Amino acid sequence: MSSKVRDTKFDFVKHRNKFFAISLALIVLGGLAIAIFGLNLGIDFSSGSRVDLQSDSKLTTEEVSQEFDDLGFAPESVTLAGGGDMAVAAFKNELGKDEIAKIKDHFTELYGAEPNISTVSPDVAVDLAKNAFIALTIASVGIILYVAIRFEWLQGVAAIVALFHDAFFIIAVFSILQIEVNITFIAAVLTIVGYSINDTIVTFDRIRENMKFEKKVKTFEDVARVVNKSLVQTLARSINTVLTVVFAAAALTIFGGEAIRPFAIALLIGLVAGTYSSLFIASQLWAVWKGKQLKKKKFTPAESEV
Amino acid sequence: MVKKGRIVAFFLIVLLLGGLIGTTVMGVTKDIKLGLDLQGGFEVLYEVEPAQEGQELSQDLLNSTVSALYKRINVLGVSEPRITIEGDDRIRVQLAGVKDQNQARELLSTQAELTFRTTDDEEKMSGADLKEGAAKVVFDNNQPVVQVTLKKPEQFANITREISQLPPPENRLVIWLDYEEGDSYKEEVTKPADEQKFISDPAVNEVLSQNTVIISGPPFQLEEAENLQDLLNAGSLPVKLDEIYSTSVGAQFGEQSLDKTVMAGFIGIGLIFLFMLFYYRLPGAIAVVTLSVYIYLILVVFNWMHAVLTLPGIAALILGVGMAVDANIITYERIKEELRSGKSVMSAFKAGGRRSFTTIFDANITTLIAAGVLFAYGTSSVKGFAVMLITSIVVSFLTAVWGSRILLGLWVKSRALNKKPGLFGVKESEIDEL
Repeated sequence: MSSKVRDTKFDFVKHRNKFFAISLALIVLGGLAIAIFGLNLGIDFSSGSRVDLQSDSKLTTEEVSQEFDDLGFAPESVTLAGGGDMAVAAFKNELGKDEIAKIKDHFTELYGAEPNISTVSPDVAVDLAKNAFIALTIASVGIILYVAIRFEWLQGVAAIVALFHDAFFIIAVFSILQIEVNITFIAAVLTIVGYSINDTIVTFDRIRENMKFEKKVKTFEDVARVVNKSLVQTLARSINTVLTVVFAAAALTIFGGEAIRPFAIALLIGLVAGTYSSLFIASQLWAVWKGKQLKKKKFTPAESEV
Repeated sequence: MVKKGRIVAFFLIVLLLGGLIGTTVMGVTKDIKLGLDLQGGFEVLYEVEPAQEGQELSQDLLNSTVSALYKRINVLGVSEPRITIEGDDRIRVQLAGVKDQNQARELLSTQAELTFRTTDDEEKMSGADLKEGAAKVVFDNNQPVVQVTLKKPEQFANITREISQLPPPENRLVIWLDYEEGDSYKEEVTKPADEQKFISDPAVNEVLSQNTVIISGPPFQLEEAENLQDLLNAGSLPVKLDEIYSTSVGAQFGEQSLDKTVMAGFIGIGLIFLFMLFYYRLPGAIAVVTLSVYIYLILVVFNWMHAVLTLPGIAALILGVGMAVDANIITYERIKEELRSGKSVMSAFKAGGRRSFTTIFDANITTLIAAGVLFAYGTSSVKGFAVMLITSIVVSFLTAVWGSRILLGLWVKSRALNKKPGLFGVKESEIDEL
């Protein structure tokens, strides 16, 4: 594989508009999906209560609903999970302390396993999402600053665009597949953000190095050549690294329990998106911006018509 | 001439590391504190409200509430309670591995403010008038009752004098736990006994001047009496706590998540090891050694920090494995590039190591910035994720950069690898003529 990779004549920069178009189309589709389907918010992000039941034997929704009915509760919905020996009951309202105690006692005795019960009031959920978003925004500024010092600020901005591209992509896929968005989803998005930055910086690092060796970088074509060379040089690393992490994420998706599955799926999708954006989006964006910057420098303001 | 000494040193180091990990890893994993999502338990986020009107929620008040909560949790015998103040008016309590979740919730949020009132609900005496830590369960005709000790017996004498002079049925001393504005004795007394909100209402027929008071309760079960004793001894909360978020995980759920996640983790890491061995040959084998050391060290550091392992933490651990593998891959790819350009193994190793260092350094620092911000601004599980990520980045940097380099260096400097690029996964045909 390595010899083939090395000889790749694939022009990563020439086809940039196709890549931008693909990403743009996916983002628009993703945006539409979110607008139409919305997100399947777990109670961590909406509000209300959720009861997870586990039993030694197979359950049916009727049976579980009946049990709740007998206890004097009316769950919004009851769904089965985990091959039929688990059930999830959702409530619109927040269950009180005493109600939780009653449900716990009843089902622990009935099914031999203590249920999970979560309740959230609306403002807590909003706070959590808000905090995560604020943290992400501040982190972005910090990363741009660091990249501006060590590399150049345009690369910092390109890295952040790639980062949000990847984060948005996961959110869109969660909307389309209607996978429940819970607290571990946040962990997944954050993991992808970490991976995406790491991946992008590695390619930018090679571009930085190759730029030093270039005698003249005056036009967009020069920039494109450097970017292409750097991407080809780091291609083996990009593919091998994503392969290893995909192994880990795939193992979690297939063998990890119910609790971690949404997380593992988000990870899997995000890793692929992260590699795609570092290979096909981030460097190309930078090349375009850099080319414009060089053009501006070349012409005096009076001559500049573009 | 092959220097055998260095190769011997390599195998000695690997054997030593293997021996260290093999003999201590069981102890280390046993000591790891598991979060409530992995072993069952519950978490409650309370909104704090002042107990009295006009009281201000200061940081001091929140701190004293937290220490009162710790005292109560000690009663439950939970080994690793975590109580954190969030924002200006929130307190998060996380109890992993608690046996009786219902009892724990009750014990936590009860304000435990004992008051002695007249039948007109006028407060005569409160918990502040009792000796601290002196409540105990005693038996009265084989019936468990709670005995409290007064600070000033003469105050009690005055109160009982006043009440005993009232005509029945108003000559009663009503004992409340967590009396709320609007509660009325006259209303409660008409309800059936097990729904009454006050604890007891003994009739007072004479002046009582002893320094102890017996709360005989609506006949207590022994456990109830003990709970009340513990609550009174732990002290009342200076504030009111409202649950605004709670989550509880049954022990079986937690255990299952843990078993499956650990199993999946082993499979994933096993695949990574196989890939590295297959693709990078000798350096791949070294990567397997340093990755094993990385995972071991992470667990050791985690124990040492008294951190709690949760599902998001495992996520960060996996990201850390990814970054450690990546650091190895970057270095080895670089060495391969140098080998292909026709350099000797020795100089390819040196150049590859030097050039890959800045790459790995910058990539790690940027991720560290993100992790640092998440730590500073995130709450609960986001914070837990960040702690694990920061630890992972630092440890992976040490093992994958420094550790791999030393081990590979032993081989390279032994000269056993000279003219054997195949051991790095480079074919002779790929090497450019110089």
